[in-house]
Order: sequence, then structure tokens, then C-alpha cells
Amino acid sequence: MRRYFGRKLLVYGLTFFVAVTVNWLIPRFMPGDPVQSMLSRANVSQPAAVEAMRLHYTSMFGFDQPLWRQYLNFWGALLRGDLGISIWLFPTPVTDVIVRAVPYTLGLLVPAILLSWVAGNRFGAFAARRRWLDNSVLPLGYVLTATPYMWLAILLAWALGIVAGIFPVAGAYSFAMRPELSWAFAGSLLQHWFLPFASLFLVAFGGWAIGMRNMIIYELEADYVTYLRSLGAPGRLVRRYAFRNAILPQITGLALQLGVLVAGALVTEIVFSYPGLGHLILQAVQNQDFFLLQGTFLFIVLGVLVANFVVDVAYVLVDPRTRAGMGGAA
Amino acid sequence: MTTTPAVTEETPVPAVRREALHFALRNGKLVAGLVVVVVFLAAAVVGPMTISYGPNDYVGPAMAAPSGEYWFGTTMFGQDVFAQFVYGLRSTFLVGVLGGGLAALIGMAVGFTAGYRGGLVDEVLNMITNIVLVLPALVVLLVANAYLGVRSIGVQALFIGLTSWPWAARAIRAQTFSLRSRDFVDLARLSGVRTPRIIVREIAPNMSSYLFMTFILLFGGAVLVAASLDFIGLGPTQGVSLGLMLNNAARWSALQLGMWWWFVPPGAGITAVVGALYVMNVGLDEVFNPKLREM
Repeated sequence: MRRYFGRKLLVYGLTFFVAVTVNWLIPRFMPGDPVQSMLSRANVSQPAAVEAMRLHYTSMFGFDQPLWRQYLNFWGALLRGDLGISIWLFPTPVTDVIVRAVPYTLGLLVPAILLSWVAGNRFGAFAARRRWLDNSVLPLGYVLTATPYMWLAILLAWALGIVAGIFPVAGAYSFAMRPELSWAFAGSLLQHWFLPFASLFLVAFGGWAIGMRNMIIYELEADYVTYLRSLGAPGRLVRRYAFRNAILPQITGLALQLGVLVAGALVTEIVFSYPGLGHLILQAVQNQDFFLLQGTFLFIVLGVLVANFVVDVAYVLVDPRTRAGMGGAA
Repeated sequence: MTTTPAVTEETPVPAVRREALHFALRNGKLVAGLVVVVVFLAAAVVGPMTISYGPNDYVGPAMAAPSGEYWFGTTMFGQDVFAQFVYGLRSTFLVGVLGGGLAALIGMAVGFTAGYRGGLVDEVLNMITNIVLVLPALVVLLVANAYLGVRSIGVQALFIGLTSWPWAARAIRAQTFSLRSRDFVDLARLSGVRTPRIIVREIAPNMSSYLFMTFILLFGGAVLVAASLDFIGLGPTQGVSLGLMLNNAARWSALQLGMWWWFVPPGAGITAVVGALYVMNVGLDEVFNPKLREM
């Protein structure tokens, strides 16, 4: 078990190192000059002012120093929690901007991931080997997983928000309110939260249901199932055994899907102008705010790594074989 | 995930092909998925030829609902949504083939090498695979694309290919691992065939159906990632794509204005193509894997 966690932590450590390095490399070695594009966006005409800005931006990136020095400085600043200053919300530090947005993204993602996973697995296991359900629900599940997150979000916003007028379609709470601890505010928060959550939930649900259904079908063909059946075990018991075995690959699948789910949350937030990380990314892209974009990138990578580790711990808790050091972990 | 199709060496190849074809034509999922994909592919290839103007030209009245003249209506600026749709489908297929194809190639190269060689090579490749696997691909693509001044579908596909191969490499490695100790591979090795040739001639053909299905999934994944990138505003700087249409529709408040014909077709196109590919994949699985045929 120690070996298992040691290996995992090594991979995550290396991944973080690679992510930081990539983050450092991109502005320096991509075609295109970030300083130039920020200057042209600022649209200043006096040459003296342009020159001063160029100097300022160049020193912000640290382009005026030798490469190895830039790289070390980058790490140094990062370890101090300094991700630079946002240009879009000048002069707020990027870290502050991100910390303000993170609760909204987590509030969408965590319930959507957990609920869709649990519900999808239950439903998939239920639908497997029930011919009428299998034939009607399975195609629907495939359509759901193939749906781009933002399109489902747009459809829900249009149908339930604009045409039916049941839910609001923009922001995290009513524009007429300020954040406070009151029932009215909490209600408004919940109302604005529901549609983005629902669109994330639905797309992910389809994927988990299909995955579980396929796993159960494979499991029900295993030798232990045949053996149990020949002993005359009740169908319920057999299914429960199959479910326990089939859940393991689904846990691994959860870890694999994290990146896709985060991406889905980002575009969903953009559709609903929900003030989380996705909204930040959109603003960063539109305002050429490279510091904000890169800070958000590192933050998301870190979040995904932590989530991966949580999944690993869950795997050990669920699969006794990993604890006994008998392998079995994916 | 699937097991290797049980194509044994004793059966002559034409017989296997005929058998596969027999089951393929009777598999509803495969046929239905294929029909949908072919219809959209035909629309992508033929559609633009029937339209005399470009997808971004201002040709009609602004904000017109679908009519006999403009099948899918027009945008806020009087662009023909149908023209954008068929041109956008082209981009979708292109990004899927290029991005998915590149990812499949990298995945195959890494998977075959790691699985066949084993040992230290396997350890190193496995570590690289795991690292790229954990990195959230879309976010890496966001940062990379944001710094690119001029973006094209080709570059987009290149980046998508470079970030989406790991799970394929993992799956192919596992398959190769189970094949490499088979008798016919040993025989080839004993008779002095070199490694690349063994992989291409002995191992790959025995999992060709599996490789094909991997490519289909990578294709679908590439299309979805590209759509997300386009939607955020990091799509190709010129031309149209389905994701870019969604981006424009959302940006110019098509929702609030009730212009459903602007944002329904592009998303429906993506969903239909990718969903049909997934359903096709299940069908293929049933054709190649005799265990699943009874259903």
C-alpha cells in the first residue's frame, strides 16, 4: 500500500512539475509575442507611453533576464503564492481573483460529479440485462455523453429559463442582491445554481450509466457468477456481487474523467455567466490577461491532482486487495 | 473496455471477414450509426458545393426564421445558418480525423513499444502516459491556444492530438502485453523478424478491430474538445466551425432574442455525429466480440 501511494504521489509530483514548466514555456516559445498583443490591445498612440508599457510588461514576464534565471524566478514566485497581477481587474493579484471564483466552481462541480456518479452507476446497473430498458435508455445515454456541455446548457437555459421563465439564466445570484446571510439570498443562490448543475449532471450521468451497464454485462459472464447461479443463489445476491466488482473500474473512470468534467464546468459557467473559474478564463481570453489565464491553469491542475489523490484513497478503501498488497489497482 | 476479438490463427482470413460482414449487416446499432455518420459526412462534402456564397457572407435579411430560401434561417447579421452549418461540419470532420488520427498514432506508437518491450522502456513510457493522462487536456489547450496569434484547424487538431492520446496508449499497451507471449509472436521472433515488423505484421492485425474502435472514440473526443475550445473563443481565427457558431450565437444573445435556429443546429450536428460514432462503436464491439452477439 505504501508502494501504491508512493508511486501515485510521484506521478502527481512530476505532473505538477511538468504543468508548471509547460506554463512557463508557452509564453516564451509560442509563435506570437504576448507583450506586443497586450500593447496593441491597450491601443495607446504616444510612442513614449508605448515604450514605457513595453518595459513594464517585459519586466512583469521577466523577459529581460537570462532564461534559467526566469525559470527559477517563476518557481520562486509560485511557491510564495504569487501568480502576478491581473490585467483585467488591475491591480488585484491573480491569486485573489481566483480564490474569489473557486467556491462557485466547486459548488457546481462537486455535487454534479458525486451525484451523477452515484445515480449513473445505480441506474446503469439497473438497466443492464433488462431488455426494454436497455434498448430505450442505452441510445439516450449515448446521445447524452455525445452532447457538448455548452449546448445542453444553452438548450436548458433557453427552454427552462427564457421560454418557460422558471429559472434565471445569468449570474450566481439576483443582480438586485448583495451577498449576505439570509434566506432570500440563499434561495436566489440555489435558483441560479440549479440549471448549470443540471446540465453538468445530465451529460455526466449518461456516461456513468453506460459505463456501468457495460461493466455489469461483462461481470455477469464471469465464472463466479456462473458458479453462484449453479448453487442456486438468488438473482439479487448475484447482482450485488457483480456490482461490487463493476464499481472498481468506475472509480478509475472517475479519476480519468476529472479533466473532462472540469472542462465541462468551465464552458457551462460561460453559458450562464456563472462567476466561477470558467468565467475568469473567458474574461482572461477576451482581455488578453495572460497572468490570470496561467494562474487559473495552475490552479485547475492542482485541483485535479488533489481530486485524483482523493479518488486513489477511495479506491484503497473500496478494494481490499490494494490494502493487502496483492495488486489489483489500476 | 473490450477484450481482444477472438480471431484465431487457424481460421482463414476471408472466412473471418465474411463472418464479420454477415454480423455487421444485421447489427442495428452499427447500421444506424453508420447511416447517420454517412449522411452528415455527405452534407459536409456536398453541402458547400451547392452554395454559391461563403459561410460568413451577408446574404439575406437579418434574424430571419427558417424558410424555404434559408433552410436554417439567418443570423443576426444576415448570414445563412445552413451555409455555416455545412461548412462547420467540414471543420468538425477535419478536426476529428486529424486530431483523433494523430492521437491514435501516438497512442499506438507508445502503447505498442511499451507493451512489447516491457522493462525500463515500459516504465518510462508508462510514467509519461500517466503524467499526460492526469493533466486536464482542455485547460492545457486553452493556455496554448491563447498565446497563438493566428489559429487554424490544423494547429488546433495538432494540439488536440498531442494531449488526448494517453488512455489509448494505456489500452493498447495492455492488449499488446497479452499478445506478445502468444506462440505466433514467439515463432516470428525465433525466425529473426525484427521488432517493428513483428508489431506491424503480427500484433497489430490481431487487434485491428480494437485499434479501429479506439480511433472512433478518439475522433469523438477530438470533436468535443474542439467544440469547447471554439466556444470559449479560441477557435480558428478564420472560417467557421460548429463550436464557433455556438460561440457567436451566445455572444450575440441569440437566446434572449429567441433565435433558436442559430444555436440548435450546430449543437445537434455535433451530438448527432459523435453520438452516432459511439453507437457504431457498440455495434462494432458486438460484431467482433462473439460473446456479445447473443443480445
